[in-house]
Amino acid sequence: MRTAQPGLVQTVLAPIVFGVAVILLWQGLVTGLAIKAFILPAPFAIGAEFAGNLNNVAGGMAVTGRNSLIGLVIGALIGIALAIVAALARLLDEMAAPIVAALSVVPIVALAPVLYTMFGAGAETARQLVAALAVFVPVYFNTLKGLRQVRPVDRDLMRAYAVTSWQATRAVTLPTALPFVFTGLRIASSLAVISALIAEYFGGPVGGLGKSITSAASSSNYGLAWAYVLGSIILGLAFYCAALIVEKLVTRRSGG
Amino acid sequence: MTTTTSFAVDVPAVNVHGVSRIFAARKGPGVTALDDVSLTVAPGEFVSLIGPSGCGKSTLLRLIADLDVPTSGRIEVFGKPARQARIDQDYGIAFQQAGLLPWRTVAGNIELPLELHGVGKAARRRRAAELIALVGLSDFAAHFPDQLSGGMQQRVAIARSLAESPSLLLMDEPFGALDEMTRERMQNELVRICAETQAAVVFVTHSIPEAVFLSNRVVVLEPRPGRIRSIVSVGLGAPSGRGEDLREDEGFFRSLSEVRDLLHGDEAAGASPAGARGVETR
Repeated sequence: MRTAQPGLVQTVLAPIVFGVAVILLWQGLVTGLAIKAFILPAPFAIGAEFAGNLNNVAGGMAVTGRNSLIGLVIGALIGIALAIVAALARLLDEMAAPIVAALSVVPIVALAPVLYTMFGAGAETARQLVAALAVFVPVYFNTLKGLRQVRPVDRDLMRAYAVTSWQATRAVTLPTALPFVFTGLRIASSLAVISALIAEYFGGPVGGLGKSITSAASSSNYGLAWAYVLGSIILGLAFYCAALIVEKLVTRRSGG
Repeated sequence: MTTTTSFAVDVPAVNVHGVSRIFAARKGPGVTALDDVSLTVAPGEFVSLIGPSGCGKSTLLRLIADLDVPTSGRIEVFGKPARQARIDQDYGIAFQQAGLLPWRTVAGNIELPLELHGVGKAARRRRAAELIALVGLSDFAAHFPDQLSGGMQQRVAIARSLAESPSLLLMDEPFGALDEMTRERMQNELVRICAETQAAVVFVTHSIPEAVFLSNRVVVLEPRPGRIRSIVSVGLGAPSGRGEDLREDEGFFRSLSEVRDLLHGDEAAGASPAGARGVETR
């Protein structure tokens, strides 16, 4: 009753062929039209810088990645916990709604300069907090939505079974919410990297990808700046894929 | 135990005493879903509730199941208040929606009530296998609900409602969403299952043939306010003897038109239920 899995050719080969074609076209345009490196460097040049500075890029990825991961874990835990509390207590949900809504429209990285002064410019804490705040919003909203998805028929059934509310929560509410939690985490995973990275633009210790991009660009080393951008893309993808894999592993039993 | 057995023989499976249910409205006096309804269902008896939408048939079933509480009147299930009967798990229930948990297999869904009530793993497995065989889904025990057709899902829901061998089954239009062919097959199966389990059944439907085919008695309700218009004794013999050929039986058609006349009574004889009660068959 499910559509057949698309073949290996479609899922793996097609995007690779497309990617290679785009890179070749890009390289051809940059050399053919003699585009200056500060406008757009050629992909092979970026690749060479990336390979040549692999240690620096990897170091930057480690610093930014660590901040992102800490932010992701803290933000997700608080988001899930508060969503559970909000789902249980209607009053609290109504009290929290405007605050959370305000949080979701504030550009969270804008808090970075304030947080640097609070925690000191030498610590990574501000960046981790920025990431945590960015993660909190989608995780909270998705989890709360998921906890509200219990079908009336399931609720009736649980009442008919005369089970305790904790049993009903474990049997129905949490499993129903799980896919929503993971949707939130999937969105949050890339947000964590983006926020931790952008927060570096506003100050704090050197070593992360964000700081490296700005310093490479300001010293006219455009190829290197792009190499760090490439590193950021890889880091973001790694976070996203990790979240996706965990989601697939955990929800595999969901008849999917 | 022995003191209660002789007592239990005379106790009706369901006893509804002058029950009303008024749903509060934001403005005005509220909606009277049920108005002074009384009904008794004997142990092992199959009773259908039939009537147009808004006659309160589902509300009545939900009250018996203690999923909702009457505004006035009282309901007893096996001599206990409905709430106690629910806590004691004296009934099994199935809804129009199968309501299976999508992350559990067929076997897992049937085991759910047993698991929640602390039945051991081995006993659970054994009981689920029995029930899966009873509803003819032995090849699908490890399947997930989204891999099954609507009819198969409903059979799983029925198996689940039977998991704890209840002496009373409450069914709220369990075949309402199925096509006609599947529906008749499911009715035949339900007749067989009821004969095997000896359970009393309260069955909500809006299909006249379904009510007549399955029931010992058909309770015809009228809407706004929900009241019992009449009760038709079908008298087609014990459900165990009912087969496919019954659908061609003359008695079947006679009961069919009796129920139909009662249902359409308010159009023919105005709003007077008394006039409807006097309608002759054919």
